[in-house]
Amino acid sequence: MLIKPNASGFGHPGSSDITPQGIYQGRRELIKLMATGAAGVAVASWAGREALAQSVTKPGKLAALPGAKSAVAGAVTMEKVTDYKDVTTYNNFYEFGTDKSDPAKNAHTLVTKPWTVVIEGLVKQPKTWAFEDLIKLSAQEERIYRMRCVEGWSMVIPWVGYSLAELIKKVEPLGNAKYVEFITQADPKTMPFLGSRVIDWPYVEALRMDEAMHPLTLLTFGMYGEVLPNQNGAPVRLVVPWKYGFKSGKSLVKIRFTDKEPRTAWVKAAASEYGFYSNVNPNVDHPRWSQATERRIGEDGLLAKKRKTLMFNGYEAQVGQMYAGMDLKKFF
Amino acid sequence: MIFRQKLLLHPAAKPVLFAICLLPFAWLVYRVFANQLGANPAETLIRTTGEWTLRFICIVLAVTPLTVISNTPMLLRFRRMLGLFVYFYVVTHLLSYSWFDMGFDVLEIAKDIATRTFILVGFAAFVLLTPLAATSFNTAIRAMGLKRWRLLHQLVYVISGLGLLHFFWMRAGKNDFAEVFMYAAFIALLLVWRLQQFIKKKWLQPFMNARHQLLK
Repeated sequence: MLIKPNASGFGHPGSSDITPQGIYQGRRELIKLMATGAAGVAVASWAGREALAQSVTKPGKLAALPGAKSAVAGAVTMEKVTDYKDVTTYNNFYEFGTDKSDPAKNAHTLVTKPWTVVIEGLVKQPKTWAFEDLIKLSAQEERIYRMRCVEGWSMVIPWVGYSLAELIKKVEPLGNAKYVEFITQADPKTMPFLGSRVIDWPYVEALRMDEAMHPLTLLTFGMYGEVLPNQNGAPVRLVVPWKYGFKSGKSLVKIRFTDKEPRTAWVKAAASEYGFYSNVNPNVDHPRWSQATERRIGEDGLLAKKRKTLMFNGYEAQVGQMYAGMDLKKFF
Repeated sequence: MIFRQKLLLHPAAKPVLFAICLLPFAWLVYRVFANQLGANPAETLIRTTGEWTLRFICIVLAVTPLTVISNTPMLLRFRRMLGLFVYFYVVTHLLSYSWFDMGFDVLEIAKDIATRTFILVGFAAFVLLTPLAATSFNTAIRAMGLKRWRLLHQLVYVISGLGLLHFFWMRAGKNDFAEVFMYAAFIALLLVWRLQQFIKKKWLQPFMNARHQLLK
């Protein structure tokens, strides 16, 4: 018998914890029934709350980029969306300064037109994509994800984009492609802090192929129904909601398919503190930040207690199986 | 010279300096109520009070060299007050952390001090500062005797080292050392000056005296 202790970092729900398909589908039928008026207008509005609660208001700052409601499991959280102002003034984007207020002040120099993304490495269809073609590759969807930073804070952000898997399928990776590497823009003319040696530029991130193919992994072009602001990684970035924020590279210029695990920027900078996987995990502390709790930006006021961090940032049901049997303390 | 002397000995000099030293704190309190602390107010409060602690350590260490170099002994009148402001800012720093980060959960704080080395180092610096703050009035000096009092207050060198290490390890997580090196360089400069004074007094002075004797 194969015993998987909880210490291996992966506890399955017992079969008794899982709601049988018939029952939860029954619940949906009931809600539908209520929403269509059978149970009265008052109850219908309660049932419709799900749809109403997450109507994201456009800030009206940049060009509109609407996204259809996503059908991907876990793609739309019901939590309160963080203020656009906080999401655009509190950023880690070291190419524009190491203080979190720096990118909002400095990123206006980034030139996002023209923009190309090179696809290279172990693929059948290597190609330099013009941004205009890349954005049209698949239908834009709105995904409301939690974003958990390794520093112990979190946000809820309505992104607009499509599953990276759509692009990967299009470029046809070869059988020996095991990892996908994301190389971000490093232009000393438009990025004032490339002179600092905080990071070995360009900033590089990577995922295992199955992680890259996961439908939640989003190739992102916008947020809050508009195109990305520069400080948030315009014109195209990655968003991997179950990993710490730094895994989601900004302003991508190259996507490379490889057979070896790439050396990512933070692993190169401090391998003992940042692992390749960097899945959100309340049980594995970073030496400088406890990962057990987090502060939700704009919501948890000065005096509020911090909230508990969830395994895989709350996406365990969707992504947990990819790490079955792995020692997540070792592969942190 | 006379003007400078008058200014420093003026009865209002100390209260004015006191008020100036409180300005960073007042500005922070204003930002709390004006909602100007940014997206993460707790982080801003904790970091800013920590930075001001380090700055006041730099200021207080600069008093002696400044006194000697500028030949203005009256400056020493302010040293103890400046030292107490180091303690004031470290207490606000510790309180901000305990309150806004830890919700005054004593058990959590103890666990945090034990598990995170950079918190331990910062806490050790605070603990060492406490006897210094507690003995910064005249009765304490008289009770201890100047020699022992001075010896105790030499702890400030250990404390500034621990403070720097605390800041260094905090920033090490982000590989971002520019500011750490700035503070370290400034404090190192002040220590080198002291070392040089020490060498002059202990080794060169006897040598000079001996030579003087020989030539006589």
